[in-house]
Amino acid sequence: MADEDPILSAEGVSLRFGGVKALTDVSFSVRKGEVFSIIGPNGAGKTSMVNCVSGRYRPTEGRILFDGQDITKLGPNRRAGLGIGRTFQNLALFGHMSVLDNIMVGRHHLLKAGFLRGMMYWWGGAQREELAHRAEVEEIIDFLEIQHVRKAQAGTLPYGLRKRVELARAVALKPKLILLDEPMAGMNLEEKEDMARFILDLNQEWGMTVLMIEHDMGVVMDISHRVMVLDFGRKIAEGLPEEVMAHPQVRRAYLGVDDEAVNPAEIDA
Amino acid sequence: MDLTLLLQLTLNGLIVGALYGVVAMSFVLIYKASQVVNFAQGEFLLVGAWVCWWFLTEWQLPFYAGFLFTLVFMTLFGLVLQVVVLRPLIGEPVISVIMATIGLGIFFQALMKWIFGVFAKPFPPIFTVERISVLGLEVQTVYLVSLGISLLIMAGFGWFFTASKHGLAMRATAFDQQVAQSLGVSVPKVFAMSWAISAVVSSVAGVVVGVVNGVSSALSFYGIKVFPAVILGGLDSIIGAVLGGVIVGLLENWAHYIDSEWLNWGNMFQIAPFYALVIILLIKPYGLFGTKNIERV
Repeated sequence: MADEDPILSAEGVSLRFGGVKALTDVSFSVRKGEVFSIIGPNGAGKTSMVNCVSGRYRPTEGRILFDGQDITKLGPNRRAGLGIGRTFQNLALFGHMSVLDNIMVGRHHLLKAGFLRGMMYWWGGAQREELAHRAEVEEIIDFLEIQHVRKAQAGTLPYGLRKRVELARAVALKPKLILLDEPMAGMNLEEKEDMARFILDLNQEWGMTVLMIEHDMGVVMDISHRVMVLDFGRKIAEGLPEEVMAHPQVRRAYLGVDDEAVNPAEIDA
Repeated sequence: MDLTLLLQLTLNGLIVGALYGVVAMSFVLIYKASQVVNFAQGEFLLVGAWVCWWFLTEWQLPFYAGFLFTLVFMTLFGLVLQVVVLRPLIGEPVISVIMATIGLGIFFQALMKWIFGVFAKPFPPIFTVERISVLGLEVQTVYLVSLGISLLIMAGFGWFFTASKHGLAMRATAFDQQVAQSLGVSVPKVFAMSWAISAVVSSVAGVVVGVVNGVSSALSFYGIKVFPAVILGGLDSIIGAVLGGVIVGLLENWAHYIDSEWLNWGNMFQIAPFYALVIILLIKPYGLFGTKNIERV
């Protein structure tokens, strides 16, 4: 299913905040069409890595390539325009806006009618454009099963639904690569199953490559094609889910060891 | 009781209030998009009015052309101001940005005095009919036209924020810049746009008041009048700004009526809005339409 050419590759990415090393020399690539998960203990640098990809942080060293293009120096909005969508670990919906408006913001870079054409709504195609967009937005809404709340104010929705609206907003961008930062955090079993189904559908039917951070090992093992493990800002393993789980360093990172602390520098991944 | 006077003052209050509303909206626009409290808002009126006056008297342009050029000039003015002065201040403490806008206000105040002098100068006559009578009340033509323009601008703002791509982007940016960026919104562009629109819209009010009262540095006083309007309505509410403006306009004129009929204190109309402001804030600390910050824990 996943072909070999990478859609995203990170080459020797390091990120420092003053003396704190959030990431040290991390390299990996995500292949077109796969579900790639990043796991690791708390504070391992997973979100930092995703932020480097989305452009919120700029790596101190290293390069990030997307679709063959060096995007290391591009701002987050330019990256979104190229086709990188994301959701956030802590919900980041526009609480006072309706669900529909939240999703329409995701269409921003796809909406072409600017100020003047917008003023002449019925001429110049602005209306036609809006109708086309609304059709696509409705499709996304149907897919994520949030029809019943689409006029509701986003901030008033229960948690599970807000997570879905946030996903819908990222999908509305029509990204080639979607970054999901803990899409299932704080969900109950049923909600997790729904979310896993949405992610698989996005991947298989909508053709999006997924880069996901998730703590729920069951989900990660079930839906990921490949997994990368970070610990203290370093990559300690990468491979198929089973391989990674069997990896001794991974077991140590997750379960701890009795003897002296592990020095990550000695680890060859 | 002089009923005609009361009606006349009420009408004046509505018209002037609409103008306050327009200026308040452009103030709120900047605050909403970029969280900057712009103390130079009054100077936007001043600069706009002087520039228009200059086009009309020095260049002898017909009004519509001069007015159009003024709008173009103010767009560039707002853009340049944002890019040169405010963009470098992004991420600095709020108080630094506020000080910068106060500085801008003083600078343009002085610059305009230097270029155009300290005396009020009248606009050349624009409308052939100075006054029209509406239901027995005398109204200056300019004011009637300005009321029309104000309503048009308000409708435009309403449309802009609810239905346009940029308005939506602006609301998104106001809410969370990081998230807006992750959705492809260019935050610097949104900021620049908000300053440009704000400058243009304020200058419209500046020109209208200039036509009625002549152009002088007194125009920038509107920037201060706008504060009660904006705080009354809630700092981040466009509708609140409009209503706040109208309320301030009405209060001024009613205070003037009460003053001239019974009290004879002389300057009630200037301070009445501020009394009302204090009282309303005691009851509704976020203003009439401001958003409370409610957090789920």
